[in-house]
Amino acid sequence: MRVLAIDTSNLVLSVAVVEEERVLAEMTTNQQKNHSVRLMDCVSELLDATGTAPEELSGFGVANGPGSYTGVRIGVASAKSMAWSLNVPVIGVSSLEVIAMNATGFSGLIVPLFDARRGQVYTGCYRSHGMEAVRAQSTEQIILLREWLPLLRDLAQGEPILFLGEDVRLHRETIVQELGNQAQFASPAFNHPRAAHIGYVALRKLQDGGNAHELVPEYLQLAEAEAKWLAQKQAGAVKE
Amino acid sequence: MGDIVMNKTYTSRYEKRIQQKYEAHRESGAPTYILGIETSCDETSAAVIRDGREVLSNVIASQADIHKRFGGVVPEVASRRHVENITLTIEEALTEAGKTLDDIQAIAVTYGPGLVGALLVGVAAAKAISMARGIPLIGVHHIAGHIYANRLVQEMEFPLIALVVSGGHTELVWMKAHGQFEILGETRDDAAGEAYDKVARALNMPYPGGPHIDRLAHEGEANVPLPRSWLEPDSYDFSFSGLKSAVLNTLHNAAQRGETIEPANLAASFQDSVTEVLVEKTIRAARSHGAKQVLLAGGVAANRGLRERLQARCEADGIPLVIPPFTLCTDNAAMIAAAGFIKYEKGQFEGLDLNGVPSLSLSEQ
Repeated sequence: MRVLAIDTSNLVLSVAVVEEERVLAEMTTNQQKNHSVRLMDCVSELLDATGTAPEELSGFGVANGPGSYTGVRIGVASAKSMAWSLNVPVIGVSSLEVIAMNATGFSGLIVPLFDARRGQVYTGCYRSHGMEAVRAQSTEQIILLREWLPLLRDLAQGEPILFLGEDVRLHRETIVQELGNQAQFASPAFNHPRAAHIGYVALRKLQDGGNAHELVPEYLQLAEAEAKWLAQKQAGAVKE
Repeated sequence: MGDIVMNKTYTSRYEKRIQQKYEAHRESGAPTYILGIETSCDETSAAVIRDGREVLSNVIASQADIHKRFGGVVPEVASRRHVENITLTIEEALTEAGKTLDDIQAIAVTYGPGLVGALLVGVAAAKAISMARGIPLIGVHHIAGHIYANRLVQEMEFPLIALVVSGGHTELVWMKAHGQFEILGETRDDAAGEAYDKVARALNMPYPGGPHIDRLAHEGEANVPLPRSWLEPDSYDFSFSGLKSAVLNTLHNAAQRGETIEPANLAASFQDSVTEVLVEKTIRAARSHGAKQVLLAGGVAANRGLRERLQARCEADGIPLVIPPFTLCTDNAAMIAAAGFIKYEKGQFEGLDLNGVPSLSLSEQ
């Protein structure tokens, strides 16, 4: 089975074509944010490079957030539309999990994060099990980094904690202040998402369905206007 | 220094498929089915039309009820709904038309102007389907779409003048032929529909306010003195922010004096001012450009006051007027497919690098 995988959820654009036994092609850039302009040309190029007709694809995988709202939507809208038009399944994979998979084999907590401004991060907490990154905590969330770090210390119980992601460098000082030597950092080669990882999650889950219509982004937070409206509603200030 | 020639031997499989599909269809002489996609604001819409004129389906997933609670369209909320609805809406349009993607010759999508996040969802979906199924991709200007809604009702005759009025646009467009647009005038500040919404809010009416003002205006008398913004004598441009301020000042001053102004009369006076300027400039443009037709387009074309006034003036001047039915006036994908058909006939397709352009210009079409 051949799967096309995409990640445009942050600054990185990554596209891959994978089969069960090998990655046929993968292209990743970490420079520009014009994903809307470049994504489909990259897809076309990778399909041509691997001699794959779109009809030969058994399914799609896509990073469905968290991340840049627009970036996530470009990936999800493109992947679900291709999958729907070819009548094959599409699997959404957490953008954080994709990066956690870079640390396959690491023993300790794996903590991918994206900066979410005002001291906040989008983050989750994983452990490596075989080829998979398994959540050590059930939910991913947007949280203040200074609230997240003590929680991680409790969860890790003395084990090392590996921080992954392009934005880790923005917060490295804070992390080290709180966790000292327990905090570990990876070479830049492990900080960006690789679409091939998404391809393998998708391959595992394709038989579960993956209806294109139902694939939606996971933003981890409401649009600002919605959040305000809900708060007002809860305070009894507005009627439906 | 001369131009260089670069021999390029590589053509993508996608490009070859598009070329072959187009040539095969043109030779066959079979009807042309175009799938239209529109997501420039708060309606997710998909449609299938035949030969540029016949609507087989026109599905509109409106978000109006969601945005009502915010008092206007919230771009992030609109974009989120588009991505949730996009494939369902397209599937529904095909099913309703009794077609599959195998029957579709081209996908026409709005790529501007509009809300960038919203546009990008439709553009991404259109490109993805185009790539996956080897179907030619056509980029359509939203206003060109509004104008071509008229062709779904009656054949266009050139030269013509189109008055485009909506919540985001107020434009007078001159067309000499299919696909050629020249903007004679446009608003310098608020769009006409925007002025309606703001005045409606001042009169405590819900969003969107246009239909409420229109209804109220028919119950009142235009007896409140309000300005007409004609601008320079030869200008076809519009300006509605002064009028809007005048309405707000009138209300404010009356309140300070403890007087009440009959809202219906104020609505009638406001509508009188807006429609007088719109209609007179349209007629002047039609006369000076020898127009064989006047087309009304855009969401505000549903406004009864504007329709009646324009109809009366066109009749008096003997200029044929075309107004699409209400469902084709507001944002919809059938009009996008109709405008896309003109480009299909000329073989004007977009590459997979098509982007959403929030301030796309009409004259570059």
